[in-house]
Order: sequence, then structure tokens, then C-alpha cells
Amino acid sequence: MKLLVLLAIVLLIIAGHQLLRIIELSRGLKKTKEWELTDSDNDRMGKAMLVFMVLFFAFFFWQVARWNDRSLPAAASEHGLKIDLLWDANIYLVTFIFLVTNFFLFWFAYKYRGHAKAKAVYFPHNNKLEMAWTIIPASALAFIIIFGLKYWNEITSVSEDPNKVLVELYAKQFDWTARYAGKDGKLGTTDFRQISGSNSVGMDTADVLGSDDILVKNEFHIPVNKEIVFEMRSRDVIHSAYMPHFRAQMNCVPGMVTFFKFKPIKTTAEMRNDPYVKQLMAGINAQRKINGEEPVEFDYTLLCNKICGSSHYAMAMTIIVESEADYNNWIAKQKTFKTVAQK
Amino acid sequence: MATHTHTQTEHEHMVHHDHVHHHDDHEESFVSKYIFSMDHKMISRQFLITAVVMAVIAMTMSVIFRMQLAWPGEKFAFVNALLGDKWAKDGILDPNMYLALVTIHGTIMVFFVLTGGLSGTFSNLLIPYQIGARDMASGFLNMLSYWFFFLSSVIMLSSLFIDDGPASGGWTIYPPLSAVPEAMPGSKLGMTLWLISMTIFVVSSLLGSLNYIITIINLRTKGMKMTRMPLTVWAFLITAILGVLSFPVLVSCVLLLIMDRGFGTSFYLSDIYIGGRPLDNIGGSPILFEHLFWFLGHPEVYIVLLPALGITSEIIATNSRKPIFGYRAMIGSMLAIGFLSFIVWGHHMYMTGMNPFLGSVFVFTTLLIAIPSAVKAFNYITTLWKGNVQFTPAMLFSIGLVSSFITGGVTGIILADSTLDINVHDTYFVVAHFHIVMGLSAIFGMFAGVYHWFPKLFLRMMNKKLGFVHFWFTLVCAYGTFFPQHFLGMAGVPRRYYTNSNFPMFDNLVDINEICTISAILGALAQGIFLFNFFYSIFRGEKAPQNPWNSTTLEWTTPMANIHGNWPGALPVVHRWSYDYSKPGKSTDFVPQTVPLEEGEVDGGGH
Repeated sequence: MKLLVLLAIVLLIIAGHQLLRIIELSRGLKKTKEWELTDSDNDRMGKAMLVFMVLFFAFFFWQVARWNDRSLPAAASEHGLKIDLLWDANIYLVTFIFLVTNFFLFWFAYKYRGHAKAKAVYFPHNNKLEMAWTIIPASALAFIIIFGLKYWNEITSVSEDPNKVLVELYAKQFDWTARYAGKDGKLGTTDFRQISGSNSVGMDTADVLGSDDILVKNEFHIPVNKEIVFEMRSRDVIHSAYMPHFRAQMNCVPGMVTFFKFKPIKTTAEMRNDPYVKQLMAGINAQRKINGEEPVEFDYTLLCNKICGSSHYAMAMTIIVESEADYNNWIAKQKTFKTVAQK
Repeated sequence: MATHTHTQTEHEHMVHHDHVHHHDDHEESFVSKYIFSMDHKMISRQFLITAVVMAVIAMTMSVIFRMQLAWPGEKFAFVNALLGDKWAKDGILDPNMYLALVTIHGTIMVFFVLTGGLSGTFSNLLIPYQIGARDMASGFLNMLSYWFFFLSSVIMLSSLFIDDGPASGGWTIYPPLSAVPEAMPGSKLGMTLWLISMTIFVVSSLLGSLNYIITIINLRTKGMKMTRMPLTVWAFLITAILGVLSFPVLVSCVLLLIMDRGFGTSFYLSDIYIGGRPLDNIGGSPILFEHLFWFLGHPEVYIVLLPALGITSEIIATNSRKPIFGYRAMIGSMLAIGFLSFIVWGHHMYMTGMNPFLGSVFVFTTLLIAIPSAVKAFNYITTLWKGNVQFTPAMLFSIGLVSSFITGGVTGIILADSTLDINVHDTYFVVAHFHIVMGLSAIFGMFAGVYHWFPKLFLRMMNKKLGFVHFWFTLVCAYGTFFPQHFLGMAGVPRRYYTNSNFPMFDNLVDINEICTISAILGALAQGIFLFNFFYSIFRGEKAPQNPWNSTTLEWTTPMANIHGNWPGALPVVHRWSYDYSKPGKSTDFVPQTVPLEEGEVDGGGH
């Protein structure tokens, strides 16, 4: 078999070589050089530019029509709505620039496709034009910068909400642990040297503040309409806590604590009833049926979004957003660090 | 000015002596001509061929991991044939090898193809030719520059064959992942080889860049004022300055990492528990690494891009048969981009836990870059306006570059905004952005350069029709590969995932990944057309005339032969800027730089 393939390749090379010889010989008979552009080359390529532009734009709109409703649903957090607003404004602006400038590029390439008798216009510079396309982008950018930074300052400011819920997200290769502050509202201190099989996040056992802390894996709950302040830590390498539905992301860096805060505005149940989410899940479950997998319901997900090793792609945790009462019920059922450690 | 003239004459004298000597014993040995050559043209060819080989390897890697992304778990015999049973048992790619391929693909493309290959080829070829110099200021350093590049390429490739596999922490090699061998197999010997290879690469880059700067400043021929230089040379000059200022920082960054890996220091490490034990390292910070890395990493983007923009400026002007629009604005934009590129690195770090206020400063500086970039794009488009556009393959690729520069550039406005970056940071939106704006633009610039200056490189012409076919396939497949990835990013798909099938939330994106992969495979196959055209034309292409594109610049005033010293007689004298295309009152539509100004004629587009 391998011999046959080899033989076929050798024959192909010989045939190709012979073909080239013929082309080379016939080339010697022609008067024009192969590489010289003819008017018909320019004409064809110029028209091809126009055709490409049309196809390119058609491809763009086809993608928007087909895939735009597979984007993440509208933000499920308070600040996320502002991000969405700013995102939309920016996307419309840059789409407009993208279409207009690409149009002029390909249109001019088509319109001014060369031919032997044409003469180009000597137009080396024009200060007014150059000023215009310095000032217009600059003022558009001023708008983008001002709004971007306004929101950025709000999002990254330190939480002053007395009713905030404090959650620590602890990352390691390759899973997450969420830690709640417990009744005292304070997270116990940690020491990475105390990490062991029964103390996976390195709780400082001497610190009483930590005894009522609650540790959960696979799934964590948060109450709706309350400010959640996340403290992120990592045990080994850099991870990134990415909660796309809430427009939230922050790296987890060994040796330091990082922060992110947001206020969820939709419970998991509300999201499952959202018309956009329903059509999204319909698409997902249609594909799952093809794959021979069970249908699933919508869930908020925490993903790892910084390369962290071989199972980076599989490092996730489910987030349940629920009413405050449900949340209180859930948290009351969880075991504290002290009770787990005593066992 | 006096010193300038002095150096010029001295060099002239020196080279002339060489030249005479060269005639005495006509036969140069094979080794000094083809291997340890000090001639800028030969070194340029060496860089180009090496880069072509590296590019084919990196492209093949991308096809392998794109297939994994579109069809996870499928068995591909050819993947097994290439990677063996250890890394692709039954033809299914191993997750660690996936990360390794992503890492080495990025490293090779960014450093070996688009930095070493692009600058190495065209700075070497065009600087002496276009400023009217006999060769680089130091032929010996130039030779060393190539051989260090070659050595680092060999070391990088050798890491593919070791037991634990090559470095696999991403091309940005963030510690602790890259610092602690227990973190992943690729952080063992593979990472060590990566670090050694990159250190040697930086040596190569510095020797090259210093040479380029010195040559441009000292060896311009009579009349070649800075404001008469082609934009290519300006681009190479600014690129070289960026390289000299930023690459040493990468070395310091790498050196500290080597210390952390091998000598027990804690520059980047603290509070780590891995492999079942706490590490002794205390007090370091990975954020320090990120600052040092991106202090190189961001200027690096422009080290990749500026030569491509320079090449394109030259090709668009020549083939529009018009002066480049806004010559001085183009220089100003490049200087502004070069300067700004040093104060924007923090935009890669909005989500790292860096102080948010620092983030807002970087938002401001980063968005400023959009202004000179916009000026450049508009100037290219205006250069086409009312031109007499000649669609050589080089011109096609240049227009492709302007398109990808715009298409990828506009999403940069979004990513530069820290507020918007929160949700698309490290997703496929970023992958789409930088592949289009940096990857495609730079590789299109490189293709344009190869097609345009092939006659100067190999004294023959490439096949035009194959060039056309290559361009259209490449352009369509390139957009087909990268444009849909914006939508993956907007659906929240993180980059560097071995498969997206692990979470139901990405199940409905299968067809997007398939389109990307099919385009990537077709695009890769289309490069076969280029490779054939390239290697065939080196040996059998039609003989090139002296000035095939009716160009004004000096490289086309030398006879079509590889003359040591470039011009057989005296060096050319320059009388005008390099963009006198279709100047009113002239009998031809181009006036070479060596033609004296007529009485009362204004030079340089009316300045």
C-alpha cells in the first residue's frame, strides 16, 4: 500500500515536470512576458476587487444573521447592562467604519483599475483632508474613552454596600472552590503551608474567624439583587474567574488576592424563562440531540479563562442565582469548615 | 555634517577596496558565498528561506489544532503520522500536545516568521539598496545576526522532539505555569529550550537592529536626505529602534524566569502549593513578569506590523502610479505609533489584578494609537484614488493588507476599552482581532514584499497567474478562518481550550468552528501554490529586467546581477524624493530618484 502511494507520488512528480517543460517551451514562443500585466489582467483583477467586496459584505451580514443570536444573553448583572450598552454603541460605530473604509478601499481599487492609456493624478498631500481624518477619529475616541472610563471606575470601585455578600473563589489545577464568610461575615485567614487533603484551600486552623466559613465545590449559590464581592485566590498557577453571563472576569494569581464585584439581577429560574435564552437553549439542545446527548437547561457558569495546564478546558463551576430566602435556606444547610474538619 | 561625509567616503573606500579584491580572485568559496556570507543580499535570502520553512511548520501546527477544535475526538491518521502514538494515539490529539502546538505556533509565527523573517529579509535586502549603500555597516555582525537566528530556530524546533514535549504554557509563558515543572509536562525541558532559544533570538535581533539603525543613519548616499527616503526604510528604521529598546527587556524577563526555574529565586513566585507540596518561594509576583513581558510584547506587535506597512506604502504608491498620499504624515504616524507602543503594554493586563487606575491610564494611551493608525489607513485609500492601479500580485496583497488592517484594527478600539475588555478578554474575540490585524496584515505585507522584490532577491520573476490564484485563495480563506471567531468570542468561548464540547453552553457553536477549520485547511493548501511558485521561480522563473515595475527607488538602478557592493561603478546620487509618479510635465509616469531636478522643479510633493 505504502509502496503504491510512493509510486503514485513519483509518477505525479514526473508528470508535473514534463508539463512544466511544455509550458516553458511554449512560453519561449510568445512575445509578451508572463509576468507583465496586461490591460485585461488589470480589468479582471479590478472587477474581482468589486466582486470580493460584495461577497465579503454578504459574508459579514450572513454571519450576523446566523450567529448574532448565539451571543451571550443580555447581562444578568447591574453593571453588565452598562457594559452591554457601551458594547452596542461601540460595535455599531466600528461596524460602520469597517464597512465604509473597506468600501472605499475596494471601490477605488475597482474604479481606478489601470490601463495602458490611463494617467494617474499627481496628488501628494492635502493638509485639510489630513487634518479632517486626524480630528474626526480623535473626537470619536474622546467619546469612547470618557464613557469607557466612567463605567470602568464604577465597576472597579471598592464596595461600600453594608449588605454585600462576600465569596472567595479559590482556583487550583483543575477545579474551583467557593468559600463563604459564614455568620461573622469575615473570611478566615489562609496559609498555603497548611494545605492538605482535608484542608484543600489552606485555611489557617488557628484563626477562629475561619471556623464558620463554608466551602463548596461544583456549584455555588448567590442571592439576586445583592452586591456580591468576590475575592479570588489561586493555589498553583494563574487562573481566571470568568463569569460571562455577568460580564465579570478577574485573574486568580498565586501570592495575591484579586477582587471583582457585581449585583446579579436575574435568578437562574428567570433566565430559563427568558425568550432569548430559550431560543439559545433550543439551538444547544438541537445540537446535543445530533450528538446523542441529553438535553440540558440553562445554567450560569464560572469558567477558567487563563491557560492553566492540560485540563484548562474542563475547569468550571455552576452558579445558581436565587431569591434571598432560597439562598438563606441553602446556606443554612451547608456545613461550616469547623464541622467538616472535626469529622 | 562633516563627520557624515567622512564616514561615507571611508566606507566607500573600504568597499571599493573589497570590490577590487573581489575581481582578483573571482571564485568565492561555496562556504563564504552561500553559508557564512556577509553580503546583505545573501543574508536576506537566508532569512527568507528559513522563515518560509518555519512558517510551513507553524501553519501545519495550526491545521492540526484547528481540526481538533472543529471535530474533537475524531481520529485523523495524518495527525498520528506526524505526532506519533505518544501525542496522538489513534490520531486523537493529546490535550498537552494541543497546548504545545498552540504555544509553538504562536512563538514561531510572532518571532521567527514575522519578526526574524520579515525584518530580516526586507531590512537586509532593502536598506542598503534603497539608501544607496554598498552593504550593511557591519557585514560581520549581519552574518552573526542570521546565524544566531538559525541557531535559535534549530533549538526551538528541537524542543518538538523531546520526551516531555515542547513549551506549552502559551506563547506568553506566564509563570508560575512556565516556572514550575510540576505544573505541566511542557514546563520541563521544553520550557528550558524555549527560553534558551528566545535569548539567542534576541541576540540575533539586536545585532540586526543595531546594524540597520547605523546603516540608515551613516551610509545614505549623497542627496539621500531623511525626507527623501522611501517609507520602507523609515519603517525599518523605526522597527529597529523599537527592537533595540524592547527586546533587552524580554531578556531580563526571561533571565529572571530562568533564575526562578533553576536557582531557587522567587521573582515571580509566591504562596504556591503544587505537586503535593508547598514551594519555598515567597514574595514574588507573576504580575512583574507580565509587566516585563508586555513591555516587549506590545512594541513587538509593531515590530511585526511596521515593516509590512512600510513595504505596502512602497508597493501601493508604485502600482497606483501615484505618490504615496501624505508622505510626511505617514512618517509622523509611524513615529507616533512607535512612541505610543511603549506606553500601552498594560492593556494586556486589565484583568490581571493590576490596579484599576493604572488600567485607565492604559485605556487612554492605547486608544490614542487609533489616530495615527486611522491616518495611515485613510492615506492608503487616498493613494488609490484617481490612480492607475496596476494589479501585480504584490499590489493585490498590499490591498489585502489595508483591508485586514482596517478590519482587525476596528476591533482593537473595543478591546482597548477596559470596560468592554472585561467580557471578551482572553476569548476568541481577541484571537480574531490579533490574527486579522497583526497576523494577516503582516503576512500579507510579507507576501507583497516577496512578489515585488523577488527580482532583486533571485534575479527572476515569479509567475503572475499563480500569484493571482494564491492571493484570492489566501484572502478568502483568511477571512473565512478568522472573521467567524468574533462570534465565538461574543458567545464567551475562552481561547486555548482543547475542546469546547465540555460545556453545554458552547454546543451550538459547532458550525462556526467547522467553517473556521475548513477555511484554515483550504488556506493552508493554497500556500502550496505559493511554495511551488516561489521555489520554481528561484530556479526556472523568467529572467528579470532591471526595473520591472517602473519604480523610482535606487534598488532598481543596479544591474540584475548579484554584485558585491551593489553598484558596479560609483554610488548613485539622489536628487529627489522617492515618489515622483505621474508628476505633471514629465514624459514618463515615473522619475527615478537619480534624475536631477529640472530648473524650478519642486521636490518632495510640494514641500
